[in-house]
Amino acid sequence: MAEQDIARLLAQRSFTELGARERARALLDAGSFRELLDPFARLMSPWLPKQGIVPQADDGVVVAKGLIDGQPAVVIAIEGAFQGGSLGEVGGAKIAGALELAAEDNRNGTPSRAVLLLETGGVRLQEANLGLAAIAEIQAAIVELREFQPVIGLVAGPVGCFGGMSIAAGLCSYLLVTREARLGLNGPQVIEQEAGLDEYDSRDRPFIWSLTGGEQRYASGLVDGYVSDDVEAIRGELHGLFGQGKPAQERSRRHAWFLERLRAVDTSVQADAAAVRSAYQGA
Amino acid sequence: MTTAQEQRGLHWFQALTGAAQPQQGLPASLRVADGELAGQAVRYIAVIADANNPFPRARNGEVGLLEGWGLAQAVDEAIEADRGNPHKRALIAIVDVPSQAYGRREEAYGIHQALAGAVDAYARARLAGHAVIGLLVGKAMSGAFLAHGYQANRLIALSDAGVMVHAMGKAAAARITLRSVDELEALAASVPPMAYDLDNYASLGLLSEVLDVEQVTQPTAADLACVQDALSRALAAIAGSPRDLRNRLGAANRAASTQVREALRAQW
Amino acid sequence: METLSFEFPAGQPAQSRALVGCVGSGDLEVLLEPGQAGTLAIQVVTSVNGSAPRWQLLFERMFREQQLPALNISIHDFGATPGVVRLRLEQGLEELNHG
Repeated sequence: MAEQDIARLLAQRSFTELGARERARALLDAGSFRELLDPFARLMSPWLPKQGIVPQADDGVVVAKGLIDGQPAVVIAIEGAFQGGSLGEVGGAKIAGALELAAEDNRNGTPSRAVLLLETGGVRLQEANLGLAAIAEIQAAIVELREFQPVIGLVAGPVGCFGGMSIAAGLCSYLLVTREARLGLNGPQVIEQEAGLDEYDSRDRPFIWSLTGGEQRYASGLVDGYVSDDVEAIRGELHGLFGQGKPAQERSRRHAWFLERLRAVDTSVQADAAAVRSAYQGA
Repeated sequence: MTTAQEQRGLHWFQALTGAAQPQQGLPASLRVADGELAGQAVRYIAVIADANNPFPRARNGEVGLLEGWGLAQAVDEAIEADRGNPHKRALIAIVDVPSQAYGRREEAYGIHQALAGAVDAYARARLAGHAVIGLLVGKAMSGAFLAHGYQANRLIALSDAGVMVHAMGKAAAARITLRSVDELEALAASVPPMAYDLDNYASLGLLSEVLDVEQVTQPTAADLACVQDALSRALAAIAGSPRDLRNRLGAANRAASTQVREALRAQW
Repeated sequence: METLSFEFPAGQPAQSRALVGCVGSGDLEVLLEPGQAGTLAIQVVTSVNGSAPRWQLLFERMFREQQLPALNISIHDFGATPGVVRLRLEQGLEELNHG
């Protein structure tokens, strides 16, 4: 290994090893982090204790305002270690409410931008319909905000991004992943239960990563950036994308392109990673 | 029998659109037609079962890859057609979707992105000034409902045991949360957001109206008139309201959603 | 799940607050805030039922060695071992001094 590579590796600071709060702090410009509804505000899930489940003081969502590359920003980080990063009423409302306020900022002339750190299995089943409703509102707010400023999603790992929040990820102006990230609508266990082992073996980790892992998603053009697990690299990527401004057309608007490609797929055979890369070439 | 097998969505689509010619160029699992309601242009959109769907895991009315992107196309075409027109046609999503499609092809080709396409189009339509109404005639499950209906300005549901909104089917939800179905049902009885029945869902404040009809699977003339009246009321209400989703807030069973927003605003 | 309360003698109120940990498997979240002079009040919400004597013993051992500032401590415990609890409390107290 070249000496400069070793030096670079030694200087790396892992992003995925950080908790949600430290992730948000790491991405905001030094000294600019200010958390809203912090754990001491104790806005906790009203639904978990009713079911005998210990709540967390921030309901697993960190909302922090500050600066990114000198511009006003809000970073919203989901804590994957609490209830699998699942979204209930309070955590969902924190995300939706913050995005709504960022959009309002823009309407009033303050160019607030947003970063979403997505470590989530989607709806928290213990708060089922309130989680689902909140995710619909998060999605609405992303579409509204990204008309003004880029909304950047990052799936770093280890939880990945699933369920309704994977749809939210698909609405972002830009989406970044690491090698450890997974991105998909349905969790492997649920697919296996619904469709059977032959369709989807939830224990076959190489198989699952080959289809939904960060590297594959990047190679198939379903995300915009593939970053190493390094705080500085991720910050640099964010600065670069915010510097570009809004994309010419968001990925979620490209129905004509995707429908054309999907109609050409031979659906009589099962899908594999190579077939997807080939079908989506030039995405 | 699932509500999709009863073809509720198709039957309500046919009742509401009458002799109107369905739009061409869309996946066979979609029904889209333009019409008029209360003197306003409207586009009706339904996802229906298609036994010949090229994607085998999406043959029973599930919202899959083609359905997500197809909904995006159907809605986007309406946005484009009405661009520059002060009168934007209303979009009425007839919701009878048992689930998103669960399969290997779906995950591999990015079903999350296809559903994002549909959400994107409905949300942009609403923001552009199209009235968007979700009419729940059958199941409205999870990702399928997010993609088809949940971005609406107003949600209207038929009062029937087959009309159900949820994040996950009972059996799967029980397995994932490590409970028995009996335990899940017992909890659902005391925790409104977990319940599977429409009354509990209505208590969350997300529906603007719940309608009693005579024949939920095969609407009678009186049923059709009742639903059309409700749609007209919704159109009138939407015309004078903000284009966001704030009208869904305010129910006692969803108090924290409001409390969080107020506290965030105070600290913003 | 159960909610437990404990009180111990303490000194003057702490000058700052701190948060450590997370309600993840085998872990716990500890929030420390200034309390009423003379009192260390601890509230524990734990996923492990019947654990009151264990918490009592653990706190007694920890606080026998040192007089703490007056604090209100909230703990959300997701099945942490006594070793992890002790570690998190020590981290929290350490942060109070440097926070």
